[in-house]
Amino acid sequence: MTINDQRTSRRRFLQGAGGLALSASPLALPFAFAQPAPLKVGLMLPYTGTYASLGNAITNAFKLYVAEKGGKLAGRDIEYVVLDDESEPAKAVDNANRIVNRDKVDVLVGTVHSGVQAGMVKVVRESGVLSIIPNAGFGAATGQLCAPNIFRTSFSNWQTIHALGKVMWEKGHKTCAWITHKYAAGEEMFGGFRQGYEKVGGKIVKDLWLPFPNVEFQALLTEIAAAKPDAVACFFAGGAAVKFVKDYDAAGLKAKIPLYGNGFLTDGTLQAQGASAQGILTTLHYADSLEIPKDKEFRLNYAKAYKLQPDVYAVQGYDAAQLLDIGLKAVKGDVKAAKAMFAAMEGVTIDSPRGKWKMSRAHNPIQDSYLRQVVGEQNKYVSVAWKALEDPAPGCRMLA
Amino acid sequence: MDPVIFLIQVLNGVQYGLLLFLVASGLTLIFGILGIINLAHGSFYMVGAYLAFSLTERLGSFWLALAAGVVLAVLLGMALEWLVMRFLYQRDHLYQVLLTYGLILIFEELRSLVWGDDVHGVQVPQLLDFSIPLTDTLSYQVYRLAMSAICLAIAAGMYWLIQKTRLGMMIRAGSFNRDMAQSLGIDIALLYRAVFALGVALAALAGMLAAPVSSVFPGMGNQVLIISFVVVVIGGIGSVKGAFVAAILIGLADTFGKVLVPQIAAMVVYLLMAAVLLWRPQGIFGRA
Amino acid sequence: MDRQARSLQLLLLAGLLALAAFPLVGEKFYIQFITKVMVMAMFAMSLDLLVGYTGLVSLGHALPFGLAAYALMLVTPETQAAGIWWSLAASLGIAAAASLVVGLLVLRTSGIYFIMVTLAFGQMAYYYVHDSSHLGGSDGKYIYVRPALELLGWKPFDLENSTHFYYFALALMVFVYATLRVLLASPFGRVLAGIKENEHRMRMLGFATFRYKLACFVLAGMLAGLAGWLAAAHDGLVNPEMLSWHQSGQLLMMVILGGMGTPAGPIVGAVALKALELVFQGWTKHWQLLLGAFIVLSVLFVPRGLTQLFAWRRRG
Repeated sequence: MTINDQRTSRRRFLQGAGGLALSASPLALPFAFAQPAPLKVGLMLPYTGTYASLGNAITNAFKLYVAEKGGKLAGRDIEYVVLDDESEPAKAVDNANRIVNRDKVDVLVGTVHSGVQAGMVKVVRESGVLSIIPNAGFGAATGQLCAPNIFRTSFSNWQTIHALGKVMWEKGHKTCAWITHKYAAGEEMFGGFRQGYEKVGGKIVKDLWLPFPNVEFQALLTEIAAAKPDAVACFFAGGAAVKFVKDYDAAGLKAKIPLYGNGFLTDGTLQAQGASAQGILTTLHYADSLEIPKDKEFRLNYAKAYKLQPDVYAVQGYDAAQLLDIGLKAVKGDVKAAKAMFAAMEGVTIDSPRGKWKMSRAHNPIQDSYLRQVVGEQNKYVSVAWKALEDPAPGCRMLA
Repeated sequence: MDPVIFLIQVLNGVQYGLLLFLVASGLTLIFGILGIINLAHGSFYMVGAYLAFSLTERLGSFWLALAAGVVLAVLLGMALEWLVMRFLYQRDHLYQVLLTYGLILIFEELRSLVWGDDVHGVQVPQLLDFSIPLTDTLSYQVYRLAMSAICLAIAAGMYWLIQKTRLGMMIRAGSFNRDMAQSLGIDIALLYRAVFALGVALAALAGMLAAPVSSVFPGMGNQVLIISFVVVVIGGIGSVKGAFVAAILIGLADTFGKVLVPQIAAMVVYLLMAAVLLWRPQGIFGRA
Repeated sequence: MDRQARSLQLLLLAGLLALAAFPLVGEKFYIQFITKVMVMAMFAMSLDLLVGYTGLVSLGHALPFGLAAYALMLVTPETQAAGIWWSLAASLGIAAAASLVVGLLVLRTSGIYFIMVTLAFGQMAYYYVHDSSHLGGSDGKYIYVRPALELLGWKPFDLENSTHFYYFALALMVFVYATLRVLLASPFGRVLAGIKENEHRMRMLGFATFRYKLACFVLAGMLAGLAGWLAAAHDGLVNPEMLSWHQSGQLLMMVILGGMGTPAGPIVGAVALKALELVFQGWTKHWQLLLGAFIVLSVLFVPRGLTQLFAWRRRG
């Protein structure tokens, strides 16, 4: 071969390879009709970075449910298409596009980070594919941007922290400082907390923000100490939650200024936080010592399968699979009958390890908010902080 | 601001600055003496932190892990210099940038293969795991103070090495004129390898020291890398003294920025760099 | 024109024809993918103007790119399309203005310091956007409707359609390429080449080199702004990462990898890097290892960039 031919053939190879890949895809179709094809479930979750443990918990619990049903949902085998979204909002649309439009999943389950969820919501609204959110509390997903094909089995950010204000006020903390990461979820949490706290008369004397995912808290901890509030309310999750609780204790603040937060501060993190987390009160729609038979059964099975204790993220992942099962059963596994499937999924009551909850009209859970306290390596249930708390879903067109 | 709180914030700033110095000093040595822009420097910091994590588990002692980690880092540095870096000495800066960028990707994935992608914590060594109260509400972790002390000791050690020893003299000679130094009988190849290994070890040590307070996570090298470059450029390329001054300056700017102007806190460091460069393009202690 | 240059031209022409024909057979996902590659190619060409032809190595070229993208976001109403011409004007205007201001400051330095100061300004813009809630913060903001061209009710093309957007981008890419070719062959281009060779000598010859460098910097910024406008319009998302040093670094990668100061270099570099990314991603989760190894090996063995591979003939 001459050099000339080598050059052109190199370019041709690239084009040819691309063309081959494209032409191969329609070939798969005829074979699909031969037998009940597996259901393609897309899992777009973080498997790296600060939220990796959350992504893993959700995946584990989802697969646990499927295993409990004998590996099939509504008679169909499950084929997983896994994508690590790295909790990176910049890549969210690209990733969602890939899994929805190129890999052509039948259902999209994901994700954890609200900024990434925003990108996914954009893509699934355009495509119409069924999307089940197993964590991200991005309010607009079941609010301003709600859609018939978007369901959530977790929470809205507002929902997890709204009850905290009342709890703190009733404990006698008339002033508090707030701290969290500066990103959409952090701001939604602040909004939900402030609404609840100020409504009962509380005063937020300082609100502190640091860039996500920065975890150098020193300077801001010093500021908290200087401001001397009655208490501190915060929102951190995953690796940041571990570090914040430990740093807060090491700075001697824990003993002087009680720390509160929503449950993400202490869920899935207690082993790493150790003594620093003891006694912290949080609000969340799940706790570790609920006297609910379904929960006891779930915890046993999860521990048996994965040698780990489940957390709230696992419960949400489990419920995502439950919800999907309900929808699929209603259409006998035919995902194409989208309208009927969605109709079956609306207004359901899910028998969840967290207790029974109802799907709201905006497709978000209506659930109890529990008050919990850290005892040992558990978030022990104390009481119900708010019964049947429903996110107001501002701007959702499905409520009209 | 309350004077006590002010002093504590100064302490925070200096502590952060000293750690930055450790990383940046290695970078400025490599930059100034070997003439290589090394974008992978942040990766060495990350490797150090991960080594601290697994070695502490294996050996049961943070201090042992530190010693072992430094030895491993030196070996890594020498190997890397011999395999890849020595081909870059005469090349244009652009190619150094490109190659070391490729190295960042490689190191990040190797880390993923060897240690996985989870976030890890490293226990503060028992000896130093307590806090001393500074005000009625705030205490300070003794470990952080120890960390600063170690960084200061290393800074002093480097000063002594470079100014007062023969090796230091050779390093300084080699940075001025490589060929001349070589013709005077100095084994430049070996010297360069040693300097590179030293640079890597400094960055890794910084990562190891920082691990208990900053946790160990993927991508931790990236943030440090950019700030280290800023330190080197403000201080003057090749000047360890400059790196020291610049690092403290940046530590203070960053800390007070977070507190006084949180909306533009992150920009402050870069504003500082732009200002310094426009006033004195070669950096505070750089050679014109 | 020697044989090597002519062969390269033929190759480019073949490539262009292939690109023009692709949407007729390609799947939507790949049409969108190639559109993004073309936008990157434009972005890379704008940097090559600075790096390859004038010797100004900027590590902050993401600044005009990202600012132009954000400009489009700001002028696009929540549920309607922005007009093509005036949103382009806004984006290009902001990119040019920013480049002018930054250029006036950074062009006073040179060499490694120039690299660092451009990096500094890039990072400043990044952090400004990253920490501003009204600009969407670290999550960025969405553009729900693509810009539209409407003349009295007549819509010649609809950018919401992936294929239309593809051809729009292709046309712009060819336009940018042609413009740069013409520019670089002109007296202005000759001066730039002279500055890269030896600025001191050019000054001795009486050229006001600073003005030429500034003009080049602003022009490169505008072209980057064009790429930014396209990227934002296509993805429907603007995010601070578009201004990060990673973006600038990756871009520099493409230019150097493809071959600086060559006509097709940036395009080859953009295609190579994006294609390799896609291919490697399909092979393994640890694809960055392969990409990194590829980059390292390229620098060691193919120092003048991939287009050097096409220049083998020259040695014979």
